[in-house]
Amino acid sequence: MPRREGSAFAGLGVVFFKEFADQLSGTRMRILELLVVLTAVGAVYAAIQTIKSVVGEDAFLFLRFFTTAREPLPSFVAFMGFLVPLVAIAVGFDAVNGEFQRRTLSRVLAQPLYRDALLFGKYLAGLATLALVLLSTWLLINGLGVLLTGLPPSGEEVARSLIYLLVTLAYGGVWLAVALFFSVVFKSPTTSALASIGLWLFFTLFWGMIAGLLAPVLSPVRYGFPEEILRQAETGLALARIAPNTLYAEATLALLHPEVRALGPVLPQQLEGMVLGTPLPLSQSLVLIWPHLAGLIAASVLFFTLAYVVFQRMEIRA
Amino acid sequence: MTAAIETQGLTKRYGDLVAVRALDLHVEHGEVFGLLGPNGSGKTTTILMLLGLTEPSAGEVRVLGQDPVRKPLSIKRRVGYLPDTVGFYDELSGRENLRYTARLNGLFGREAEARIQEALLKMGLAEAADRPVRTYSRGMKQRLGLADVLLKSPELVILDEPTLGLDPQAAHDFLDLIQHLKAEGMTILLSSHLLHQVQRVTDRVGLFHRGRMALVGRVPELAQQVLKGAYRIRLRAAGPDLVDALSRLSGVVRVRREKDGYLVEAERDLRPLVAETAIDHGARLFSLDLEEPSLDEIYRAYFEEVNDAAA
Repeated sequence: MPRREGSAFAGLGVVFFKEFADQLSGTRMRILELLVVLTAVGAVYAAIQTIKSVVGEDAFLFLRFFTTAREPLPSFVAFMGFLVPLVAIAVGFDAVNGEFQRRTLSRVLAQPLYRDALLFGKYLAGLATLALVLLSTWLLINGLGVLLTGLPPSGEEVARSLIYLLVTLAYGGVWLAVALFFSVVFKSPTTSALASIGLWLFFTLFWGMIAGLLAPVLSPVRYGFPEEILRQAETGLALARIAPNTLYAEATLALLHPEVRALGPVLPQQLEGMVLGTPLPLSQSLVLIWPHLAGLIAASVLFFTLAYVVFQRMEIRA
Repeated sequence: MTAAIETQGLTKRYGDLVAVRALDLHVEHGEVFGLLGPNGSGKTTTILMLLGLTEPSAGEVRVLGQDPVRKPLSIKRRVGYLPDTVGFYDELSGRENLRYTARLNGLFGREAEARIQEALLKMGLAEAADRPVRTYSRGMKQRLGLADVLLKSPELVILDEPTLGLDPQAAHDFLDLIQHLKAEGMTILLSSHLLHQVQRVTDRVGLFHRGRMALVGRVPELAQQVLKGAYRIRLRAAGPDLVDALSRLSGVVRVRREKDGYLVEAERDLRPLVAETAIDHGARLFSLDLEEPSLDEIYRAYFEEVNDAAA
């Protein structure tokens, strides 16, 4: 097979900036931004009201803004876990079939660029949009925190919350790639939106139950040995971690609660000599979530590649 | 110098269906070539293969001397393509849509803006340029499509059903624009099923039938080939019946009685002889016209022939 002529990324920048501008100027984005900012501010404001009473007792007060829930509002982190996939799907569900519907695809592909550049440019623009939304929300929370408590965040808190932001972006990237994939597979944007949301609901609501049902089948406890019980617990966890939302939730937990030392079953002998409640240094928390971040990125790459393969083989008529 | 488009044995199969069958197409530089045929006869598939938007199942393609599968980028830089139902980003203005195309072709800044303005002027869209495309009429969108194609100053322009969905006046104006492009020395390949429209602008045509190019040539040549009587003389006369007398003239292929006269199909221009015959037989002559054969007739006659052969 001879090499293709020219760079696969010719025109990537042009596509990226056009798509990015479209995302930011669209009505869709305004609605999503409003939703995210309102919920974020609401959740954090409520959290700060709760926390105010304990100022000075907690070493990681700033991180509590993100994780504290006050009835009836869930915590900011819980909100994000729910909203980020929705925003990502909203950004990506009509990326390719929308161009089909508007009949712009064949005109664009008649220009000197490869399909690679079009697809990748759209993905990057979606990711940049997500990043922008997340970063502005993060800044808003920090500002709000400083204003309402009068305390500046510590360096480690800033680092931890920024890495949390990065993980959130990776999580959004997975759903963006899913949405992009469905937008290539299905001709109608409605179908692709429904398929993306359906997959998300499946993982969020049902996968946990299915993993719980599958674990005893795959690793049955026959004689009641501790090894068997442990193996079953590990199987259950491994199955649950197929879902990106599990990966994301665990990574968030380890990042924003420095005192979390393990994300899985811990044996009593491993607890020997441990001082409970002492926080882990940032580097150790990172070691803990590293596989999760890699898993999220791998899932994005997987779905993007699937989208790419289907898109390359598609015949573009009109 | 090689031809602008050259294909040999070009074939496209979709499973069992053969969309294009062993097509040998040859289009010279500076020529306007019409791909004609009913819907589903393989015109669009041929165009997609020329552009490298779909891969041929067999055969060779050379567009401007290059293989569209191996050299897609350089071909797309030199070839403009207007798809049959062209679409734009509705929320952007005409100018912004063109700017995107310009950038994809590596044109930025002042040079791009100058070319965009020029293309818009040429297509008569300068006034509407900054309105969102959603407010454009079908004809305006089609002209914007042509502006989009002209931006990159292509050597070859491929237009798929360019007059589809246009009202007769808009279609007429659009074909005028195509003639201007030809005058500027561009090679143009256009497809259509509206034969009478295309006849006016094309140098040569190829008739598609079920994936095959059934006939190729200039319209008069095809008329000669298919209709035999390529010269059609319309005679308006009153008086005695002239059918027998006219039929006996040498060179006359067929004579048909019409409402207020006769239609004489002949191999040569027999107008003087027809006039003489009419007057000799005591008819009163009102008018005598030589008609160019239309593509529609060639087409219809050809398919009658094909269907007869099949029956």
